[in-house]
Amino acid sequence: MSILVNKKTRVLVQGITGREGSFHARMCREYGTHIVAGVTPGKGGTTHEGTPVFDTVAEAAAATGADATMIFVPPPFAADAILEAAAAELPLVVCITEGIPVLDMARVAAVLKGGKSRLIGPNCPGIITPGECKMGIMPGHIHRPGTVGIVSRSGTLTYEAVHQLTLLGIGQSTAIGIGGDPIVGTSHLDAVRMFNEDPGTEAIVMIGEIGGSAEEAAAAFIREHVRKPVVGFIAGQTAPPGRRMGHAGAIISGGQGTAKEKMEAMRAAGIHVCVSPAEIGATVASVMGAKAAKGN
Amino acid sequence: MKIHEYQAKEQLRPFGLPIPRGQVAATAVEAEAAAKMLGGQVVVKAQIHAGGRGKGGGVKLASGPTEARAMAEKILGMTLVTHQTGPEGRLVRQVLVEETLPIARELYLGAVVDRVSGKPVMMVSASGGMEIEEVAAKDPNAILREPFDADRGLQAYQARRLAFGLKLPAAAINPAVKAMLALARAFVALDASLAEINPLVLTKDDKIVALDAKLNIDDNALYRHPELKALRDIHEEAPLEVEASRYSLNYIKLDGNVACMVNGAGLAMATMDIIQYAGGSPANFLDVGGGASQEQVRHAFEILLKDPNVKAVLINIFGGILRCDTLANGVVEAARAVDLKVPLVIRMEGTNVEQGREVLRASGLPITVAGSMKEAAEKVVAAAGGGRR
Repeated sequence: MSILVNKKTRVLVQGITGREGSFHARMCREYGTHIVAGVTPGKGGTTHEGTPVFDTVAEAAAATGADATMIFVPPPFAADAILEAAAAELPLVVCITEGIPVLDMARVAAVLKGGKSRLIGPNCPGIITPGECKMGIMPGHIHRPGTVGIVSRSGTLTYEAVHQLTLLGIGQSTAIGIGGDPIVGTSHLDAVRMFNEDPGTEAIVMIGEIGGSAEEAAAAFIREHVRKPVVGFIAGQTAPPGRRMGHAGAIISGGQGTAKEKMEAMRAAGIHVCVSPAEIGATVASVMGAKAAKGN
Repeated sequence: MKIHEYQAKEQLRPFGLPIPRGQVAATAVEAEAAAKMLGGQVVVKAQIHAGGRGKGGGVKLASGPTEARAMAEKILGMTLVTHQTGPEGRLVRQVLVEETLPIARELYLGAVVDRVSGKPVMMVSASGGMEIEEVAAKDPNAILREPFDADRGLQAYQARRLAFGLKLPAAAINPAVKAMLALARAFVALDASLAEINPLVLTKDDKIVALDAKLNIDDNALYRHPELKALRDIHEEAPLEVEASRYSLNYIKLDGNVACMVNGAGLAMATMDIIQYAGGSPANFLDVGGGASQEQVRHAFEILLKDPNVKAVLINIFGGILRCDTLANGVVEAARAVDLKVPLVIRMEGTNVEQGREVLRASGLPITVAGSMKEAAEKVVAAAGGGRR
């Protein structure tokens, strides 16, 4: 079991003829994802590496039955690409593009509210259900099917956590990178809620970083509603205040959004918080071992 | 991107925000001329990209042109240290000379994008002159907020609600509403990530004026604002950060001695954390990005080594799009070019990791390869001379 994507997911790729879109569509197909269509305005009717290309998302979805889209459109046009996917009512929209102006995303967020599409990202690595469907730029081979759900803002730090788990023989149900921007479609809280409801997920890893209060909101939910073990880590414990650490969302302002505050909120919610990023895998192994022992 | 106060005021004025009369000056003679033109008492304000200028001695009153000249002589060329500049301070290259006003009250007016609601939000507080974070920490209810839609903009009734909330005199309500609507329009039109008027003043004759102005522009939106991009002042940025930005590298200098190069912002922050956890102290944040080229890796490596505090280097790469062999080739090329004198520890994982390790081995360079993040951090901290001093 998994959340949001599985072996039945039919994926279209917006920006499939671009350099990034083309490369990653190929990687996803090689992983086993059903890449059923591409969209590049003006190239409708052609095929790209065997995949039919359409001018619009609506046409592509109607012709191929696509129910998810992966966006690799350059930043100036990416907000429009998300809106086009939402207008076509695709249930899942994964936007990989980095560098979208925040007010463009504010406009997108207003449209998505109450709509039929769930957005993941932007500025994210995407989502993967190991062995079934990879919609994103993560290296597929480090994953292993299993029962740990992972949610993180970061790309490579998610890979690190996945890798640690896989080395210990622990597989993942689904791993989602929700993106490092201030406005994202899916929050930590959204992902935790879905993992909590997924019978195939037995433990959750929540990786956050400095800035904002999304981790605190998820922690409050976990405290009330989640009985599955949750392991957490916050990146940026050593980051100086007021500086933007790569991710536009990662900035501590005036003592707000510090790693310390977030870690305290997570501990108070019963989350197993790792101080060192090298301990994520081992901590999951120990809490799952404890759970298994309790079950016996 | 940050811009200077005088630039922010020039950008905001056309939207209808009331700004004091003033002129920027790069020399004391220019400051004198500006004061003469303005007439009466003036204020001379240091122009640097940091707050707290008044407390640091960067803002002075002058009774007329002669005194304005003397004040400008003092301020121009001084290294101004405030709580936001760090101990090294900033060199003052320009001053803003402005008319002074009969102030009755100092208020706070600001706009940011609120992450929770996903909307821009206009904020006011009666505690002008105080940092908003400080107000928020002391008494969150003292801040009034109105979220607004980017396209529809702030509505007049919302601005009225804020103005009445500030308990302004009746005659000042409409001017305050106008100022708020102007700032909201400017925020959206200029793609600001932060617009702060602190203080916004109520004068004794019930006028509303933006005494100070801070405007940060969303870096991601600069492509559609060439006129704003031109306002960048590289003197205000650390030289190594300027050099890094030229190669699209994300570098922030810190004060430790273990340099690090990482791909991805989250992993880069986590690497800084684990260096500290191992007893060391990171010299920088450096994210080479998801798909760095061999050339970018070489430049990144060179920039790291230009920091004289660096005693050892840690490279931590999780190859996804960035392949490990690309990274290894860039590092080897750079290490040869710069005649590497400090220990180098590399930890890499992911795409093409075997080819990458082979490149490092074949180079014959004295590189320590580590298997995990923990091992890498421990080795690099030991190589840098152990724990924090």
